[in-house]
Amino acid sequence: MHVPDGFLDAPTSVATGVVAAAGIAVALRKARGELDDRTAPMAGLVAAFVFAGQMINFPVGAGTSGHLLGGALAAVLVGPWTGMLCLSVVLLVQALFMADGGITALGTNITLMGVVGCFVGYAVFRLALLVLPRRLGSVAPAAAVGALVSVPAAATVFTLLFVIGGNAPIDTGAVLTAMLGWHVVIGVGEAVVTGLVVGSVVAVRPDLVHGAQRLVQARTLEVRPSGLAAPARAGEVA
Amino acid sequence: MGAGHGHRLHYHGHSRVHRAPAHLKLLALLGFVLLAVAVPPGWWAAYPVLLAVLLGVVLLARVPLGYLARRMWIEVPFLVFAVLLPFVATGPRVEVGFLSLSEPGLVAAGGLAAKGTLGVLASLTMAATTEPADVLRGLRRLRMPDLLVQIMSFMLRYLDVVTADLARMTTSMRSRGCDPRSPRHWPTLARSMGALFIRSYERGERVHLAMLSRGYDGELPR
Repeated sequence: MHVPDGFLDAPTSVATGVVAAAGIAVALRKARGELDDRTAPMAGLVAAFVFAGQMINFPVGAGTSGHLLGGALAAVLVGPWTGMLCLSVVLLVQALFMADGGITALGTNITLMGVVGCFVGYAVFRLALLVLPRRLGSVAPAAAVGALVSVPAAATVFTLLFVIGGNAPIDTGAVLTAMLGWHVVIGVGEAVVTGLVVGSVVAVRPDLVHGAQRLVQARTLEVRPSGLAAPARAGEVA
Repeated sequence: MGAGHGHRLHYHGHSRVHRAPAHLKLLALLGFVLLAVAVPPGWWAAYPVLLAVLLGVVLLARVPLGYLARRMWIEVPFLVFAVLLPFVATGPRVEVGFLSLSEPGLVAAGGLAAKGTLGVLASLTMAATTEPADVLRGLRRLRMPDLLVQIMSFMLRYLDVVTADLARMTTSMRSRGCDPRSPRHWPTLARSMGALFIRSYERGERVHLAMLSRGYDGELPR
């Protein structure tokens, strides 16, 4: 769910806009390192993928539905910097062409879902990889843990912004409880879907998963002689 | 291949608003919404004035109001929040009938609903009157970094291709008795999302190679 116009006051919106712009400026430099001159077409296609992923709605209950945020997913699949660029562009397109999320709240949305979502998700993912056994099979659960933490983290930052520049007099504790409670539930759904998607990509094309790169490089070629090969060799000798 | 003409919200027309340069429209949109957001609580007179200005632009653009109104459902969750606000907000209470409502909550809810509605209506008017290619040109004119404009143009160009890919996948899932919305079928859905990622990524690689073969050096011709 995107923050609309008027939810936070003008100074807070402008301040988060500055944070978002600074984040994007750094990401534009760093993404070149992740994707070199392929950045524009690749990030564009991944952004379209994230957008398509956000179109799938899940019933959450009480008649409302939630959808994938995709911050942690994009960060694990294409790297945190490119992922952040993709999320920012998705949010920009949604604000300009679908009126989803306010124009003045664009900075807030990019800060929450792009910067916090991607980076908390990716940091937790890396930490989880350190703890889990060094196998390709650990990538998907680590991504799920990253996604699980990233959603409540974004909700917490939103609550912080709401306390600073919220336009509604609600008790801070109540906002935090409601936001966290709700977003832990969303986080669980996000974790399950992120883990399953990353797992399915790792199973088919582990080389495409940015978060699995070191594990793929560390793999050594294994020679597994099969029983079928033996009779053929016997035939050669004869 | 490529996107169809216009996009889902675009309303074809040749009015003065349609023809206005996109960078000016973007600046006007940002300025207008910032103004609406900055209205202090309690200044009720400001909202009808802003609304009148906005409706004047809509009339000038000759976009039917019903067309915009039908697309404003996106705002509904926040209107629900605004309705709930007076019940949960702090501060002195007022009795309205048999309900006890928070007074600052009522003021905040009114402001929230008004600002949100103005923002959504202004963004919809912008989207209805401006083609994506013009928006991109406008953003470039406003000095948005070139790489970001390029990423956005690729996203817009392939958006319909990728979403159509996904639509075909969910259609074939449904025809095999799978309900993509049910958590029971999340594993299947996630596998097709994985496949969609691989398809999108590989399409990006092919697009990049095709561009290289046509002399792409990191910058698009203007």
